[in-house]
Amino acid sequence: MIRFENVSVTYDGVAEPTVRDVDFMVPEGELVLLAGPSGVGKSTLLGAVSGLVPHFTGGVLRGRVTVAGRDTRTHKPRELADVVGTVGQDPLSHFVTDTVEDELAYGMESLGLPSAVMRRRVEETLDLLGLAGLRDRPLATLSGGQQQRVAIGSVLTPHPRVLVLDEPTSALDPAAAEEVLAVLLRLVHDLGTTVLLAEHRLERVLQYADQVALLPAAGAAPLLGAPADVMAVSPVFPPVVDLGRLAGWSPLPLTVRDARRRAADLRERLAALETRDVPAARETPVPVAESPATPETPVPVAESPAPAAVPRARRPFRRLRPAPAPAPAALSAPAGPSPASPSPIRPASPSIPFLSGPPAEARSLGVRRGGVQALRDVDLTVGPGETVALMGRNGAGKSTLLNAFVGLVAPSAGTVRVGGSVPHRTSPRDLVRRVGLVPQEPRDLLYADTVAAECAAADRDARAAPGACRALVSELLPGIADDIHPRDLSEGQRLTLALAVVLAARPPLLLLDEPTRGLDYAAKARLVAVLRGLAAAGHAIVLATHDVELAAELAHRVVLLAEGEVIADGPTAEVVVSSPSFAPQVTKILAPQEWLTVAQVRRALG
Amino acid sequence: MADRRSRPPLHPGAWWLWALGLGSAATRTTNPLLLGLLLTASAYVVTVCRPDTPWSRSYSAFLKLALAVLVVRLVFVVVLGSPIPGTHVLLTLPEVPLPHWAQGIRLGGAVTAEGLLFAWYDGLRLATLLVCVGAANALASPSRLLKTLPGALYETGVAVVVALTFAPNLIADVHRLRAARRLRGRPDRGLRGLLQVGLPVLEGALERSVALAAAMDARGYGRTADVPAPVRRTTAALTLGGLLGVCAGTYGLLTAAGGTYGVPVLLAGVVAAVAGLRLGGRRSARTRYRPDRWTPRACLTAASGVAVAALLVLAASADPADLNPGVVPLTAPALPLWPAAAVLLALLPAFVHKEPS
Repeated sequence: MIRFENVSVTYDGVAEPTVRDVDFMVPEGELVLLAGPSGVGKSTLLGAVSGLVPHFTGGVLRGRVTVAGRDTRTHKPRELADVVGTVGQDPLSHFVTDTVEDELAYGMESLGLPSAVMRRRVEETLDLLGLAGLRDRPLATLSGGQQQRVAIGSVLTPHPRVLVLDEPTSALDPAAAEEVLAVLLRLVHDLGTTVLLAEHRLERVLQYADQVALLPAAGAAPLLGAPADVMAVSPVFPPVVDLGRLAGWSPLPLTVRDARRRAADLRERLAALETRDVPAARETPVPVAESPATPETPVPVAESPAPAAVPRARRPFRRLRPAPAPAPAALSAPAGPSPASPSPIRPASPSIPFLSGPPAEARSLGVRRGGVQALRDVDLTVGPGETVALMGRNGAGKSTLLNAFVGLVAPSAGTVRVGGSVPHRTSPRDLVRRVGLVPQEPRDLLYADTVAAECAAADRDARAAPGACRALVSELLPGIADDIHPRDLSEGQRLTLALAVVLAARPPLLLLDEPTRGLDYAAKARLVAVLRGLAAAGHAIVLATHDVELAAELAHRVVLLAEGEVIADGPTAEVVVSSPSFAPQVTKILAPQEWLTVAQVRRALG
Repeated sequence: MADRRSRPPLHPGAWWLWALGLGSAATRTTNPLLLGLLLTASAYVVTVCRPDTPWSRSYSAFLKLALAVLVVRLVFVVVLGSPIPGTHVLLTLPEVPLPHWAQGIRLGGAVTAEGLLFAWYDGLRLATLLVCVGAANALASPSRLLKTLPGALYETGVAVVVALTFAPNLIADVHRLRAARRLRGRPDRGLRGLLQVGLPVLEGALERSVALAAAMDARGYGRTADVPAPVRRTTAALTLGGLLGVCAGTYGLLTAAGGTYGVPVLLAGVVAAVAGLRLGGRRSARTRYRPDRWTPRACLTAASGVAVAALLVLAASADPADLNPGVVPLTAPALPLWPAAAVLLALLPAFVHKEPS
């Protein structure tokens, strides 16, 4: 159905081809997952199928791409519109009209289908995707999952034989992601649609793939094969595969169910270990203090002034218990190729300012925005060195809560304080020394033309010593040239640059909104290492995230929000284990034992 | 919502004709009672009939704009004085002496009740016109109106619609980036803050436009059907010739000498241009999903607006004094009975649109 013949793509102004020697075929009716680290050209390959590469992006495409027998060299994207449906990363930028029904009809209108056919297909698609109740709704008012489903529906109505999706679930909460994947599966099974999709969160899609096309590195030829075979050699893999490799299972399990059936042995071994040293795994499931406890980096937490200043913090000293087993380096690298800087950093520890209250405190906080009660009666206190994950479905109020902590929204009821001061009444210059937020789109924080200029500006804004931010960048992100434009950085690099810019003011409270969106496993592992170092140095960290694996790796506490209210607040293990949609894969595999990450299991096994 | 589902929405053209009819009726009178009646009638119809879309919320923005226009008009009269000779002085502001070359301009001085009242009448007329346009916006968004364009103009229409959504997106971007300035520890208010986010905002808008263009292309925007060469040539000739005819005809109408040939040439030009557009529509293979139809209700709605305009034009020429009450001497405006009854016709859409319960 889709055939790549010796394809290589070179963009204008780039010496090396972005993808090289791509030569494979996607048979009709299969769901093929395109996997690989970021920056290897997954989006380029997807674009080549719909003809947007090179007709729209420019550059040179060598070789040949044919879709349903049509050569993309001679067919422009609009002439492929009836066989290929493309959905990009951001559904909002895909919409042309403003209501659900019109959007579903738009593609058919362009193709000139008769009115009666359009009417029938719109109704069918509304039912297929469960959108019937939303047919009149303006697109801007839909939730992320609904928007993604409408975007898929809008390319389905012309009945394309091929569906191309770029990260369809990255921006979605676990439940919405499952909704979207269920729809894709139904299309493959019922309509025989061929689906090619790229996704970083393999744990969500791997089990549905018939084949995996792996791009192992930039410019390397892709590898196509059965999921289990490809995963055995892949540099990117979900926790279930990681656990399978650790336990030496062959063939590798791809689903939680497969793994559970094999895991009886492993569970026994772990249970035996657990009876020997109980406190190790059970009580400190994510023992942050362990990472600085590695021999080369002495524990700095106890020296930090912050914990002493806040006797009220909920569980300030539990982490300080010395780790029973020396943490292996693998702790910071749960997946794949270990990140370039394995040693956790603690840049801010010497000079976190002394504050008169806990880094973050909200009491019966209520926020109304545009007639909607975004937050209701929220109580949340975050102590120094504590990492809290905010979870909940899209639109549950996670971002609003973060915004309230930086004073972007004023509370309509209750109080919010960061380090003793009221954020929306504090001037921005003072506020940056108390709290820093890395927004969902890190690019919003970056104005300058070069990394060096950005760092200089950050030092001025934060009234830090010149060079402080640049030093942070070099530490977090080795090998970044001064004169590179922030826009040319990869997603993960840009996030790290924004993080360094925010850290230049050494805020005791660090907030991150969806930090792992668009990050591959290696970049995520680096981020985890960096954030662990910061937490160990006494920074309080609050993450709003959909990524259950990230929360399991990092958070001491998980706070679940629904409809603007806190519905659960407790240690990660307790909250996450009890919820089917928020439990990480390892937890599901090893239940009823309470393990959260592969790193823990690896450590326990020694 | 239930309303919309059980019945298809009215043709957007009907709402625009209705609202523009009310607007042109408003330009015929300065009687505050009639204007007030027009405002109330249009506001009632909007509250009863408007769909639940983001566009319909623009009505309050238009109300605010109209209020601002009214206030500005009054402030100007207070500060700059009014040419209306009046005897009832309300207050006297200190007058700023101006050099002789600024003769005819006055700053400060006496503020008369007559001057204020005249400005109020005049401002109210303009405000009513604005509110009527706002009503059209709220009842049928301009993008829906553009969708009813003939096939040959469709692609231009889409371009205009996309441009229309550009502004709200731009404003959202400015808000987001100013918020981000606060995160960097820079002041998020003031003009400098606005200027510094200018470039990133434009960059973002440009990127979004490119993404949208790519999405539209991938969904078949701009597909054309094969048209035989003779038809293509005829289309080009008709359209060009028609436009030339329109230009020449208009010129003829406006110059004294061309009175004889003006009208026929203009008409011929229009006919040729329309024919060219219709032929050009063949190139586009598009069809329309649930096109808006001119239902009896739509026709009634449009007719009620046109009737209000026509009746007020008639009334204005028959009895100008009632529709434009004088301010010298000061008198309370009277409500002219027949024009008022005519304005009430504007309520018709509210009753034909209502769901029979």
